[in-house]
Amino acid sequence: MLLTLPILLPLLTAAVLHLMPQKARWLRTVAFAGSLSTLAAGVAILVRAQGGAAIQVLQVGAWPAPYGITLVADLFSALMIVMVSIIGVAVTASSFAGLDPRREALGYHALIQVVLMGVAGAFLTGDIFNLYVWFEVLLIGSFVLMSLHRTRAQLQAAFIYVALNLLASAFLLTALGLLYGQAGTLNLADLAQTWPERRTPGLDAALSMLFLTAFGIKAGLFPLFFWLPASYHTPPAAIGALLAGLLTKVGVYAMIRVFTLLFPDPGAFLYSVLLWLSAITMIVGLIGALAQRDFRRVLSFNLVGHIGFTTVGLALWTPAALGGSILYVLHHMLVIATLFLASGVFLRLRRTTELDVLGGLYASHPAAACLVLIPLFALAGVPPLSGFVAKVAVVGPMLAGGHYGVAAVALCVSLLTLLSMARLWEEAFWKPPVKPPSASLPPQRLDAALVSPIAFLVSLSVGLTALAGPISALTISAAEQLLDRQAYIRAVLGDEVTRAAR
Amino acid sequence: MELLLAIIAGVLYASGLYLMLRRRLAQLIIGLSLLSNGSNILILAAAGVTPGKPPLITPGVALEQYADPVPQSLILTSIVIGFGVLAFALVIAHRVNQSVGSDDIDAIGPDRE
Repeated sequence: MLLTLPILLPLLTAAVLHLMPQKARWLRTVAFAGSLSTLAAGVAILVRAQGGAAIQVLQVGAWPAPYGITLVADLFSALMIVMVSIIGVAVTASSFAGLDPRREALGYHALIQVVLMGVAGAFLTGDIFNLYVWFEVLLIGSFVLMSLHRTRAQLQAAFIYVALNLLASAFLLTALGLLYGQAGTLNLADLAQTWPERRTPGLDAALSMLFLTAFGIKAGLFPLFFWLPASYHTPPAAIGALLAGLLTKVGVYAMIRVFTLLFPDPGAFLYSVLLWLSAITMIVGLIGALAQRDFRRVLSFNLVGHIGFTTVGLALWTPAALGGSILYVLHHMLVIATLFLASGVFLRLRRTTELDVLGGLYASHPAAACLVLIPLFALAGVPPLSGFVAKVAVVGPMLAGGHYGVAAVALCVSLLTLLSMARLWEEAFWKPPVKPPSASLPPQRLDAALVSPIAFLVSLSVGLTALAGPISALTISAAEQLLDRQAYIRAVLGDEVTRAAR
Repeated sequence: MELLLAIIAGVLYASGLYLMLRRRLAQLIIGLSLLSNGSNILILAAAGVTPGKPPLITPGVALEQYADPVPQSLILTSIVIGFGVLAFALVIAHRVNQSVGSDDIDAIGPDRE
């Protein structure tokens, strides 16, 4: 029952938001309450997952496993659900700072809940076809969110985003069709059990590459990421934070989940491809970031570059490396969402995120500037912030496993990130204002509603450092659970079915 | 029958991808719809075609006498999703055409408000 709540609560909230009187303050309050209750459900799932160390399974409608709809929450899913609802809370809270009234009237709050529902569904489902369906749910929500506004750049960005994601869905559907044709089932646990016997080398190669392409487009891996920097810099800050924080991570999650269950052969061609794609993604993303002159474009390229860190652990296929990548996913979701929300502060203060015309923010708003400094340098991995902890967890296992080339790439890329972040700080906050504030933009005070979601996320990212020991232990046991396929199969199918199949 | 379906699926994929590489939004959308139809046919062909067999099981008849209902329901789901998404893409293309006056992707251009 608990497992349905992260899906049902946002659905319920979205329905209420559509039906209730459309007064801005009420809408925001209901959306915020909905996100908070989702967070509570997520934390409850995490507490259970971490306490019993067992995988929680719900057979919806009591249909037995390979036939019905299965919801599964292991430690990895539970951690992701909690992060999603934390970002949901921050994004809905930031709406109290004021929104474009036209957008709010067009169902902004309900759409955010739909996206949250889709993401939670993707993290909880135990059926690969349902994974495709949840992808579509969250994509439709995000499509509409992106195109609610009608400036030319936003329309163009929305179209690129829609077209590329639909292409990814077509690839995924193709892979699912081929998979079903050979395996005769789409339940992930059932597939994990029967697929190793039924697979043929040719089909295996085709399927793994189709999955890699489909999830790689969604996650933003090189050479499939070009849609992301072309579209994430145009929507308003809160939507940018939601999409940047969640959507690419859904791609990473799907990749980790499906590959650990279906292609459990470390050292396979698939994983060497993934290893080098991750390394190239890091390099290309960060070089792209250095060439940009807009705060949100720099962030978008950084988002791409750091996706490499989250997939590299899967390629190395050890509990420590995979755990490091999971920790990196958690840290990166927090930090990148914080920075996109912070770009909302620039938009409010200066009406722009172009670095050439920003400047002097530290002189005018020192407290807010210091608050943004923390996630900036956490993304770069400056000790003792959360990025440092996460990077140690990713790079350490690479060195231990003898992958010195990739480790060198990761460390150089961290340096490039530091350069790119230091430039952001220098250009946006430190240098004197380029032109004196014009009379049309009176010096504004930042209201608490705009800053407090950022402060909330920053405090969590600092908390990630403070609790680095327990949390990285948690991610490593999540990784061990992911690599132990038999436990997943037993949890979903039950002991009898597993025994009967043997 | 399966060979025919496989060829049709291949032709649909090829023409869908070709159309997606064109510049015009209308062609891109038609390409997307061909692509999703291609994958529907691929699901049908990959799961095996059983013409003239019912998907309902009656006791006492061997299991080989039935069609697998799962691929059909998968296709049904993906048709519904594809239809919704296609309608949405058409609306965006319409908005682009209204605001730019062209359906060339590059004509949208950078933001000049």
